[in-house]
Amino acid sequence: MEDLTDVYNELIMEHSMNSYNKKKLDSADYCQIGHNPNCGDEITLELKLNDNIIEDMAFSGHGCAISQASTSIMIDTLKGKTLDEAKEIIKTFIGMIKREITDEEELKKLEDAIAFKNVSNMPARVKCALLAWHTIEDILNKN
Amino acid sequence: MELTNIKADFPLLVNRKIAYLDSGATTQKPFPVINAINEFYKNYNANPHRGAYSLSMEATEIYENTRTKIAKFINAKHREEIIFSKNATESLNLIAYSYGLENLKKNDEIVISIMEHHSNLVPWQKVAKTTGAKLNYMYINDEFEISDEEIQNKITDKTKIVGITHVSNVLGTINNIDKIIKYAHKKGAIVIVDASQSIPHMKIDVQKLDADFLVFSGHKMLAPLGIGVLYGKKELLNNMTPFLMGGDMIEYVHEQTTTYAPLPNKFEAGTQNVEGVIGLGSAIDYIENIGYDKIHEIEAEIVGYAIEKLSKIDYLTLYLTPNREHHSSVISFNIKGVHPHDVASILDNYGVCVRSGNHCAQPLLRSMGIDSTCRASFYFYNTKEDVDKLLEALDKAYKIFEKYITNSAKKS
Repeated sequence: MEDLTDVYNELIMEHSMNSYNKKKLDSADYCQIGHNPNCGDEITLELKLNDNIIEDMAFSGHGCAISQASTSIMIDTLKGKTLDEAKEIIKTFIGMIKREITDEEELKKLEDAIAFKNVSNMPARVKCALLAWHTIEDILNKN
Repeated sequence: MELTNIKADFPLLVNRKIAYLDSGATTQKPFPVINAINEFYKNYNANPHRGAYSLSMEATEIYENTRTKIAKFINAKHREEIIFSKNATESLNLIAYSYGLENLKKNDEIVISIMEHHSNLVPWQKVAKTTGAKLNYMYINDEFEISDEEIQNKITDKTKIVGITHVSNVLGTINNIDKIIKYAHKKGAIVIVDASQSIPHMKIDVQKLDADFLVFSGHKMLAPLGIGVLYGKKELLNNMTPFLMGGDMIEYVHEQTTTYAPLPNKFEAGTQNVEGVIGLGSAIDYIENIGYDKIHEIEAEIVGYAIEKLSKIDYLTLYLTPNREHHSSVISFNIKGVHPHDVASILDNYGVCVRSGNHCAQPLLRSMGIDSTCRASFYFYNTKEDVDKLLEALDKAYKIFEKYITNSAKKS
């Protein structure tokens, strides 16, 4: 890659190092652990629903900048969305990272999470970017 | 051999122009090894031990001659004490299943070190669980070494098996296996040595060590992937039941019963990885041609240079013993406050290959209070230029992260 700051950009770095989403919820409806055994990244995702709207989310855990920032930015993106909207955004994000979705218009719905677009150029980091998104998929599939 | 340009012997290192610092994971292969495999398929390919025709006889001869070569290489007393396997992992599983499960009983003790690779750890959990034996650990001290006191505290009269890695794949610590073997034998235990990280770098003499079992993988010492060795003392191997059943490991097969072939065939069921064996033979020739003394000399200079430079960098934490003579060719490190996976990705971008993660040694890292490290591992084909590339790339990685690293993380 020519410029690493395409991936390690300001937004991703801020979220990875000092995330305001890294905390405990007072009362969570769902709590799910996500783990990448090969690299050891581990997150615990908490989610609070209000009817079918994601009212609040938080995470704890440890891992690389990409996995931590991706978790934090995912929370920002999905908070306040309906479950159906969230599912659509998750599908789009996974599609973007796997280079299956490249249409700029379609990617707009990802809001800040579009910052991870260049991770699709780093095959070794794809699973870091997807950890949180697969974890919330697990939660929503239960719902 | 002309030693001025060893790299030229390794086509990948010439073609890819990278600083390859992951030989602890697998080494690159020199032309003679690649050519030996090529030659086998062009002129000698047949299934050993099967055909009555001369081609098969020749394949058998090459295969069996390599066994003799390996026996000499590690100074085994008998050539049939050399068993070919897939890798060190398979060798260790063979010992766990065919020796461990058969010989251990409730309240016996298995002692391994906390720095074992999962391959010399998980099989012993299985043996302990199945037999009711206890699995105990020898831990490291502040210098990332196992002290004499720890050896004597953990190996007891109840200990039946001691499993120890000769060199740690994370810390590079060279364990005092001589002392461990002597003490274990005094207590009546047998000792299994994992030489995967040592045999590429130092001479192994199984008789002098008096090791009961010793295992290694070919691919960490210039040979192809998928070939490994199990050395075992003849009397132990003779008393063990086979690990895998099938062709070529039998004597007579009846409908309900089978008698087994003598050593070494008893432990080599099915068609073997002959190209791997031939590649391993050629790798041993290559290593012996350079000589372990020379290998040590080259590595001491390059690793010494790397340690000297890396220890001066404030933003790094190094995980290695201060006793240089107890350290091999692996250096684990972290940029304080930055995850090793990010560091490795950035180094990769600058053509420097290091491994990041838990290095198949989760219990060790957990005992050190960390999740993962970056690991640079060296071999005799590395140069000071490779080290310089690493240093430059580390500076670039640090610069990307510098302004985001919190003060508390910097101190950790």
